Amino acid sequence: MPEMTLIEAIRQAQDEELARDPNVFITGEDVGVRGGVFRATMGLYDKYGPNRLIDSPLAEDSIVGVGIGAALYGMRPILEIQFADFIHPALNQIISEAAKMCYRSNGEWTVPLVIRAPYGGGIGGGLYHSQSVEALFAHVPGLKVVIPSTPYDAKGLLKAAVRDPNPIIFLEPKKGYRLIKGEVPEGEYVVPIGPARISRPGRDLSLFAYGMMHHYALQAAQKLESEGIDVEVVDLRTLYPVDKETILNSVRKTSRALIVHEDNLTGGYGAEIAAIIADEAFTDLDAPVRRLAGPDVPAVPFSHPMQDWFMVNPEKIAAAARKLAQW
Amino acid sequence: MDPSPDQKLDMYRLMLLARRLDERAWVLHRQGKIAFHISGIGHEAAQVGAAFAIRRGSDWVTPYYRDLALMLALGMTPAEFLMGLMGKRDEPNSGGRQMPSHWSLRRANAVSHSAPVATQSVHAAGIGLAIKLRGDDKVVLTTIGEGSTSQGEWYEAVNWAAVHRLPVIFIVQNNQYAISVRAEKQMAVQSAADKACGLGLPGIMVDGTDVFAVHRAVKDAVDNARAGNGATVIETRMYRITPHSSDDDDRTYRSREEVEENKRRDPLLLARARLQEEGLLSESQYDEMDTQIKASIEEAVKQAEAAPYPAGEEALHPVYAEEVRHA
Ligand SMILES: Cc1ncc(C[n+]2csc(CCOP(=O)(O)OP(=O)(O)O)c2C)c(N)n1
Ligand SMILES: [Mg+2]
Repeated sequence: MPEMTLIEAIRQAQDEELARDPNVFITGEDVGVRGGVFRATMGLYDKYGPNRLIDSPLAEDSIVGVGIGAALYGMRPILEIQFADFIHPALNQIISEAAKMCYRSNGEWTVPLVIRAPYGGGIGGGLYHSQSVEALFAHVPGLKVVIPSTPYDAKGLLKAAVRDPNPIIFLEPKKGYRLIKGEVPEGEYVVPIGPARISRPGRDLSLFAYGMMHHYALQAAQKLESEGIDVEVVDLRTLYPVDKETILNSVRKTSRALIVHEDNLTGGYGAEIAAIIADEAFTDLDAPVRRLAGPDVPAVPFSHPMQDWFMVNPEKIAAAARKLAQW
Repeated sequence: MDPSPDQKLDMYRLMLLARRLDERAWVLHRQGKIAFHISGIGHEAAQVGAAFAIRRGSDWVTPYYRDLALMLALGMTPAEFLMGLMGKRDEPNSGGRQMPSHWSLRRANAVSHSAPVATQSVHAAGIGLAIKLRGDDKVVLTTIGEGSTSQGEWYEAVNWAAVHRLPVIFIVQNNQYAISVRAEKQMAVQSAADKACGLGLPGIMVDGTDVFAVHRAVKDAVDNARAGNGATVIETRMYRITPHSSDDDDRTYRSREEVEENKRRDPLLLARARLQEEGLLSESQYDEMDTQIKASIEEAVKQAEAAPYPAGEEALHPVYAEEVRHA
């Protein structure tokens, strides 16, 4: 199986979906000749032409709104938001329109579309090129929120997202774009939206993460192994709707849960996982459910000492897991 | 009124300072001493021309990231800019929180802006409204790239200013590209100035490489605004000579010939020729000015390099106004 980077897998998924279905098209800023600022659409303009790869005007609310219109007409748009930080101008179309269309029309109208957005910090991007926005969207029924952390899943989940009849928020951990490599089979496969994945079985503690933090969680687990702590790592993959069963089964086995995300703590996605565990696995727990998250400041600062202070990393995860294992 | 000979020399000195500082930033980037630079090369005439048309320090400004020359004209020092590039603690824009060139200079009434484009335009309308409500003798100048005038927020801001006849000068720096996307893909009109007529206010187009022409056009608009006649949209046309930023590779979307061709309309060459013609700047006077500027920049680089970084935990503040440490 060929090994590729996360960004290559994302590019390949889009390539295959464009080839498979003439209703698929891509729009967003710089997605055409430039191939995207992160190169997620590199080479696709040459291959599919200006009617399938459309450089949008610089206006995100219209990228999503136009995508919704095209989807209502039967197309399958993939919408690239250049950075997740710039999705906010489009919140009106995403939250008021895409998410509510099916419900408000009693199912007469649906909007199959994918909104891809690179998210996350640790790349020297400062406040507006580092944000994690998943909690915002995981609060909105009508949307599905997907975050791949491996090239295999990125390709399979993105293909599933394009074929899904609903609006999908597909968040890509951009720090991992070139850093994370993995095996990806050639050709057709999809990874279903919904199920989480146990990426490392263990007995002592369950570590729940997604995106770049899942990558770091695996590194932390490896480190703790040498200390005799056997960590189970769960890659959540789909944040909404969430895979309760996998989460609860894991906690029932290990009796300890640590949830990790780089987004800030308060009202973050980890609170939802903690609540599910408290609700449905309370008697299985040997320790309080813990969260490790970014600090409650507005966004990741630029200057590297402050950025490093802000970011969750494998060392911080290992320290939090060690403490919980000893509780 | 045309600028005096001394003012003309001042304008040119600022343009040259901005250029040399910008070039120095690229060198620092190549040396690996800074991680990011976004350049204003080619924009100097538009920015300095506009700055000299307002009452600097009294009038208000909501700038955008290309505005190095404008900020220098407003009194930001080279050392302050360089500290911003390096994410140093005492840089005045954000104390190292924001990426470089995300300006703020409170002492010059230059308001902090973010990265999501066009947000600053609406703030300018609000400042204009407040100036009008208080009956103050001030105007507000706001700048933006042509691509960013595709945002709904830009139209909404201009509409407010037109409806309420607010003292706002909307400068659009049309450098013909938004990263890789050419202006024709942003707007079907020839110029952003053409957008004004649909909103009910004057729109002016001026050669953004001619500092004195820009000065005249902006001065007229400022006089109008002060007289209570409301806002103006001014498009200054130039060419983005550099890649979008140090992260961009512009060879992927435009030819070297095109760039070389456009370098011939370098605003610095034009201004210098004009001053030479008018007998204000001889060859030797130019050499002396340039040498002096370069020496002052080297001094500033040393100062910026010696300045301290923020400590990591300084990232925790100030999230709320109560935490602001007053000097
Ligand atoms: C809302 C938003 N979307 C996307 C971006 C990413 N981005 C940064 S600059 C830029 C192009 C801006 O072009 P233009 O307005 O012409 O200004 P220029 O950079 O050419 O001066 C883009 C797409 C952003 N900063 N904000
Ligand atoms: Mg531009």
